[in-house]
Amino acid sequence: MTVMPCTPQVAAVLDVRRLLCPIPVIRTQDQVAKLAVGALLDVLCTDPGALQDIPAWCRIHGHEYLGAERDGFEIRIRLRVMAGVPLQTKAASAVHSHDS
Amino acid sequence: MPSEASAQPSFATSRAAPADVAPGAPAHLPKAVALISGGLDSLLAAKVVQEQGVHIEGINFYTGFCVEGHTHAIRQREGDKPKRNNALWVAEQLGIKLHIIDIAEEYKEIVLNPKFGYGQHLNPCLDCKIFMIGRAQAWCEEHNFDFIVTGEVIGQRPKSQKKNAMPLIARESGAQDRLLRPLCAKNLLETLPERKGWVKRAELFGFHGRNRKPQIELATHYGFTDYAQPAGGCCFLTNEQYSAKLSDLWQSRGVRDYTLDDVLLLKIGRHIRPAPHFKLIVSRQQGEAFYLEGYRKTFIALRCLSHVGPFALIDGSPSDADLELSARLLARYSQGRDGALVTIIVERPGATGEVLSVAPLLPEAVPPSWHV
Repeated sequence: MTVMPCTPQVAAVLDVRRLLCPIPVIRTQDQVAKLAVGALLDVLCTDPGALQDIPAWCRIHGHEYLGAERDGFEIRIRLRVMAGVPLQTKAASAVHSHDS
Repeated sequence: MPSEASAQPSFATSRAAPADVAPGAPAHLPKAVALISGGLDSLLAAKVVQEQGVHIEGINFYTGFCVEGHTHAIRQREGDKPKRNNALWVAEQLGIKLHIIDIAEEYKEIVLNPKFGYGQHLNPCLDCKIFMIGRAQAWCEEHNFDFIVTGEVIGQRPKSQKKNAMPLIARESGAQDRLLRPLCAKNLLETLPERKGWVKRAELFGFHGRNRKPQIELATHYGFTDYAQPAGGCCFLTNEQYSAKLSDLWQSRGVRDYTLDDVLLLKIGRHIRPAPHFKLIVSRQQGEAFYLEGYRKTFIALRCLSHVGPFALIDGSPSDADLELSARLLARYSQGRDGALVTIIVERPGATGEVLSVAPLLPEAVPPSWHV
């Protein structure tokens, strides 16, 4: 399988090969914090657990998981940095209005 | 309803009435950080408080010894169910953010010098809990959160969840009365979030002991079914075999210390120590072999050339005779184990490999005491 090429649109490539989850998630979390909204981040990893963990992390933090490709043991995961609105904002706002 | 009816509220959901609010002023929206291990208790504790209208975010601490992911992911076979990170799964069930914080380096001091000692193995559970809640308290102050939620239950764990440990943890961590344990709060003194009216004490619980039935009933009430129930807890230090490997590491090096790589390698492969000054780490399947190959620049590496077989690293300072013994040992785990000779390549970091033809060791030549 072909690994996605680095393109000019990708703002950063995070190399976490041979690191085990949750370290790839932690490094992704730290890298995303440094990137602007809309930026694309590629994560190179080898722990297959990242195929579940990074999409899950994206969902709970409101970032966009764009997909993954495997080349043998190597995996490239791409995501787009979003504003990161917490999932429970709506519920919290409702409570705030209710209490006010 | 949970079976411990006298200690339980009804499961009706209601919002906590705000306290100390001037007429017309916007209510204070209480915010709490929940320690999320990925197990059922932390899921329920966060849910109980969330149901009372508190904004919750999760913290999960990475110590290096976490059972989550790691070896399961490395050893995953074709057709296995994908291994999920349970802390992320919990956060997703609750619809909350989860902040995974790497404390591995700071955590060494806890493992090496626990003020309150170890549990059954090398698990410094009480110091660990104090340290994590202390870090959570610092996080709260930094992010302007009001209190901390944990899934602790009195009597659930032999060391860190005894009744007299609860106030000790609150005091030593610095969290004091900002630490709320929703699952056993009714057995403890009132905390700040209760006094402030951010949560209603009547809607908290009074669970105690090792019986899991009340938690399972509460999980059913909330509709949680696919939650994790790790038999040995979430930390490798509570594991007898793992603790034995860590003790062996300290003893062989003559110093109580470790690196993150040490901690990770102890989770992988067979560890075989023929002599105090060296040991082999032998892969048990392809995923482990691939992972261990990543350390070829740091350790002496051995692999079979003539047969299908495992990959091995050597930790220590072996002599040439030790390397030959190691090659024979590796051959014993290859498909050439019943043959006369197996060809093994021995690669030192940065050097050309040396090829050895060796007779595989017979099973009776490998004493059980070599297996760490």
